[in-house]
Amino acid sequence: MSDTHILLAHGSGGTRMHALIRDLFLPAFDNPYLRQGNDQALFETPSGRIAFTTDSYVVQPVIFPGGTIGELAVHGTINDLAVGGARPLGLSVGMILEEGLEMALLEDIVRRMKAASEEAGVPVVTGDTKVVERGSCDKIFINTSGVGIVPEGVNIDGAAARHGDAVIISGSIGDHGVAVMSERRGVQFSTPVVSDTQPLHKLVRRMLGVTKDIHVMRDPTRGGVATTLNEIAGQSRVGIEIDEEALPVSDEVNGACDLLGLDPLYLANEGKLIAILPDEHAESVLDAMRATPEGAGACRIGRVVEDRPGIVRMNTGIGGTRIVNVLSGEMLPRIC
Amino acid sequence: MSLLASFRDSARAKPILERIRARRGGPVSIMEFCGGHTVAIFRSGIRSVMPERVRMLSGPGCPVCVTSNADLDRAAALAKLPGVILATYGDMLKVPGSHESLAEVKAQGYPVEVVYSTLDALKLAAAHPDREIVFFGIGFETTAPAAAAAVLQAEAKKLRNFSLCSVMKLTIPGAKALLSMGEVNVDGVIGPGHVASIIGADAWRFLPEEYGIPVAISGFEPLDLLAATDAILGMIDDGAPDLVNTYSRIVKPEGNRKAWGAVERVFELRGASWRGFGDIPASGLALREEFAAFDADRRFPLDIPPSEEHPACRCGEVLRGVAEPTDCTAFGAACTPEHPLGPCMVSSEGSCAAYYHYKRQAV
Repeated sequence: MSDTHILLAHGSGGTRMHALIRDLFLPAFDNPYLRQGNDQALFETPSGRIAFTTDSYVVQPVIFPGGTIGELAVHGTINDLAVGGARPLGLSVGMILEEGLEMALLEDIVRRMKAASEEAGVPVVTGDTKVVERGSCDKIFINTSGVGIVPEGVNIDGAAARHGDAVIISGSIGDHGVAVMSERRGVQFSTPVVSDTQPLHKLVRRMLGVTKDIHVMRDPTRGGVATTLNEIAGQSRVGIEIDEEALPVSDEVNGACDLLGLDPLYLANEGKLIAILPDEHAESVLDAMRATPEGAGACRIGRVVEDRPGIVRMNTGIGGTRIVNVLSGEMLPRIC
Repeated sequence: MSLLASFRDSARAKPILERIRARRGGPVSIMEFCGGHTVAIFRSGIRSVMPERVRMLSGPGCPVCVTSNADLDRAAALAKLPGVILATYGDMLKVPGSHESLAEVKAQGYPVEVVYSTLDALKLAAAHPDREIVFFGIGFETTAPAAAAAVLQAEAKKLRNFSLCSVMKLTIPGAKALLSMGEVNVDGVIGPGHVASIIGADAWRFLPEEYGIPVAISGFEPLDLLAATDAILGMIDDGAPDLVNTYSRIVKPEGNRKAWGAVERVFELRGASWRGFGDIPASGLALREEFAAFDADRRFPLDIPPSEEHPACRCGEVLRGVAEPTDCTAFGAACTPEHPLGPCMVSSEGSCAAYYHYKRQAV
């Protein structure tokens, strides 16, 4: 491919578009489904319920410490399937490219998507590319959709949290948010904070291997842990109580949050999950999680309570209490 | 344990709290002047652990909140001038002026840019030599040195398309105005740590000396605030008002002379209009005559119609400590962070926003 930048012709349906697909996308994502060369991917489905999800990625900057929009788009959709207990079968990738985008940047992003898809073992089975005029999008927007199969006996549901359940998290919070925000604001730290972007389906499989009796599972992306817990408290009509001192936040993230005026509870994570499950399973599930790289920092952060349904409360470090509200009224830039 | 974590440590907080609870005495009201303290107090749940005799009040120390509608209207009018790009801090964007917020002005297509510092505004000026960059400069003594530095840099770099619309205010005349009004009973003051780091802890000696009110300069971590509260209660109970600096790791008695020197070089005192207080003499910072080339007020004189206040908004009373946010019938109903009627619900340092986020329902 000799073009150094994306031209409108790369989306026109003509020879440049075919060259882009032939020379960049097909070799990167090569698999039997793509090789079918049809307008849709056809695949056999094992028994169970089908999970289907979609997400669009518009993060700015497209390259940030610890990742790019490419990994984010692969991991994010895998994780939306995984936290429903689904085993991901395949992804679609739709790209919207801005005229003038450097070809080298696109190649780098595609290479990283290929690596992310291979490492996760989840193929990209269908795709689409459009090019829009300069100024009509910001470099590159990516939409990914995914399908997966939820095995029999798994019934994870945001409305299923029960009084007495334990609230656990798979690792430290706020890393992705700080990585992106510090890059945007041109702030550098002596110990750089890197995004936690990673796929969680293998971790979920290990957890479900211990017990299928997991009531709720969510990945706290946009809006962070605070927003996710509020959603669950509302859906399940229960109260949730978390302990400030139990929240896993790295010193680097804490320091950066102080400097940038952020609260780690509201920062996006791209490789963490929150699970709510009967207390008697919590320790064995946590042990299984800690045996994986994705869940090495797993810990308990709180419990589901009967009183004040819909409200998330925090026991603060000094022994006080306060409400943990949903993210509102704050201006946070595009982070995913 | 990291240094930061040690200031949030429950084991260290416990003995201070026990000391606070063991003190015997009548009811007292302690006011934190600084909006940063208000947020820290709510975030760490300090109000919920105080004994019943201790009432904590929020004061007027939120620079976004005390900005008057007249000044907001002027900013909106500046943004609409041909060739002008208005640069401002993000917190200002959603504050409703008399008729519209800067976010609404921006949505109409006028250029309003969010910057994180005055120096970012200088970069804008360098990047857009064909446009006039007007920085809408709000803030207290803490942000004034950065504004002064920007003006000095603009002068050194001969940037002719940068100007400052200064609505910066000084905290001490504000505090004196509040206490002189006599509307609210204040037995002790948590002194603003960041402001004191610039003007010095000693600048707050007027509280014990002129008003007989004890003051403790405090940092922003839970342990800082507990230690400051404990020190204030000790002075109240002993009947010995004084100044205690519990933030000595940052704040010196004389402050940061270099930073304040830059402020004095660039600015002079003038009267300023504060939301809830009206005009307070010698409480604002205006550019000196020799920096007139960087003064948006001199360069873009505007005729602004008289400002109007939203009839339901009680921000003025909240800022004076006379009303709590929950006393306002609009709070959480007609006025929310998404649809604010006044600045105290918008600013990250505003009392109404802090109440809304951390205490909306009794815990």
